[in-house]
Amino acid sequence: MTQSLNIVKRTKAFFIEVRDLSFFAGKFFKEVFVRPFEFQELLKQCYHMGNRSLLLVGVTGFILGLVFTLQSRPTLMEFGAESWMPSMVGISIVREIGPVITALICAGRIGSGIGAELGSMRVTEQIDAMEVSGTNPFKYLVITRIMATTLMLPILIIFGDAIALLGSAIVENLKGAVSFQLYFNQVFDAIEFSDVIPATVKSFFFGFAIGLVGCYKGYNCKKGTAGVGEASNSAVVYTSMLLFVIDFIAVFLADIFFEI
Amino acid sequence: METKKEIEPVLEIKNLQKSFGDNHVLNGFNLQLFEGENLVVMGKSGSGKSVMIKCLVGLLQADSGSIRIRGKDITALGQIELDLLRTEIGFLFQGSALYDSMTVRENLEFPLRRHKDRLNMIEDTEALVIEALENVGLEDAIDLMPAELSGGMQRRVALARALILKPKIILYDEPTTGLDPITAKEIIQLMRSIQKKYGTSSLIITHDVDCARVISNRIILLVDGINYAEGTYQELSKSGDSQIKAFFKH
Repeated sequence: MTQSLNIVKRTKAFFIEVRDLSFFAGKFFKEVFVRPFEFQELLKQCYHMGNRSLLLVGVTGFILGLVFTLQSRPTLMEFGAESWMPSMVGISIVREIGPVITALICAGRIGSGIGAELGSMRVTEQIDAMEVSGTNPFKYLVITRIMATTLMLPILIIFGDAIALLGSAIVENLKGAVSFQLYFNQVFDAIEFSDVIPATVKSFFFGFAIGLVGCYKGYNCKKGTAGVGEASNSAVVYTSMLLFVIDFIAVFLADIFFEI
Repeated sequence: METKKEIEPVLEIKNLQKSFGDNHVLNGFNLQLFEGENLVVMGKSGSGKSVMIKCLVGLLQADSGSIRIRGKDITALGQIELDLLRTEIGFLFQGSALYDSMTVRENLEFPLRRHKDRLNMIEDTEALVIEALENVGLEDAIDLMPAELSGGMQRRVALARALILKPKIILYDEPTTGLDPITAKEIIQLMRSIQKKYGTSSLIITHDVDCARVISNRIILLVDGINYAEGTYQELSKSGDSQIKAFFKH
């Protein structure tokens, strides 16, 4: 009985959270086109989020390319299909693995950072101080961060994809004596617009989700300093879940419109 | 001779009510702050002092009652008008609330960059920042981060930031809480000197009796969300009422 009550309580809390997050997103769309625009803060956030995530995304992408190729090679060789390696790796990385893995890394790196930063600003009354000084904190803190993640994530994903392909090319070059030129020629021959466009479009949504959930959790942080950790942690958990939901919808729609 | 009652108050609260669920925090609180006055609102922790001050600047929305600042009803103002009115009010937060990702200079520049032109302030930003820091004796800390400052220094920088737009009204939320007695005295002296220099009207929320004794022209005792007593420090400290006596007893 207690257990079922608990489930009902948690389910209710989940739907309340979804409703509040939707209102938060609605407020974003309501205010994003209204002056004043905080361009300077937006550029600063783009720089911070982009520049500071480059190394992590690059290293992860490189290892992803290496491991993916190393592990796929024996299976393809078994079927005598190792020549398909560049096109298989290229399509997999550009369509799915690159965007999802990079977005998950950014959810951990950027989303939790936003949650913790705004959460600590909330509990130490810095957001109140901003509001009292006549500055709209939602515009200054939230809109700039969501815009920055939305704009920077596609760039980080493209960068991560490129590095992953480079990692894969190195393995192919060392193990299969495939030249870099041949490798990348095969990759670009295999990749079509129907692979690139849906992946790029969904990466904007990934970025929006990371910024939105991180800002929502941090901006509405309660319960003092303990709440900051909770905001940061739950920002990553909720964003990761949301990323897979967006990915599923994107793949479903791409299947309809591009017949992939 | 004109009495205070005939002068228009710079800040007026009438019948302010605010509840959080079943917790009725303010139950019809009234207040008038006059020009150049230091009004202290005292009350024990949880008596609704901070809720009242947050309602004053629009951080919390009152359930009912009216709040007029310099003749404007803040509950009827749109966001832009409210933001403009907020530039006429300095607010010193209990925990200083300095932006910890910015240096002291950037903390002080932040409101200036946004409102200097709108307020027709012709002085150079740098000069205004230095003037504000000189007022609190911290011009050497201009390039430090808030984390590098002591609690007392943070409170001084926060005071400098509250003063940067040369507000007519300053709201102090527990200005001496968390400070050692010597630093607390320094902050109180600073508040007095600023009041003399700029002729500001101050509303001070505190439970520090020493602070109230030194700085107040008038004190309101807030108990159970209403004005329990009102008067000067001398009047209230001599009161025979047990609640008031308990509060003013050292």
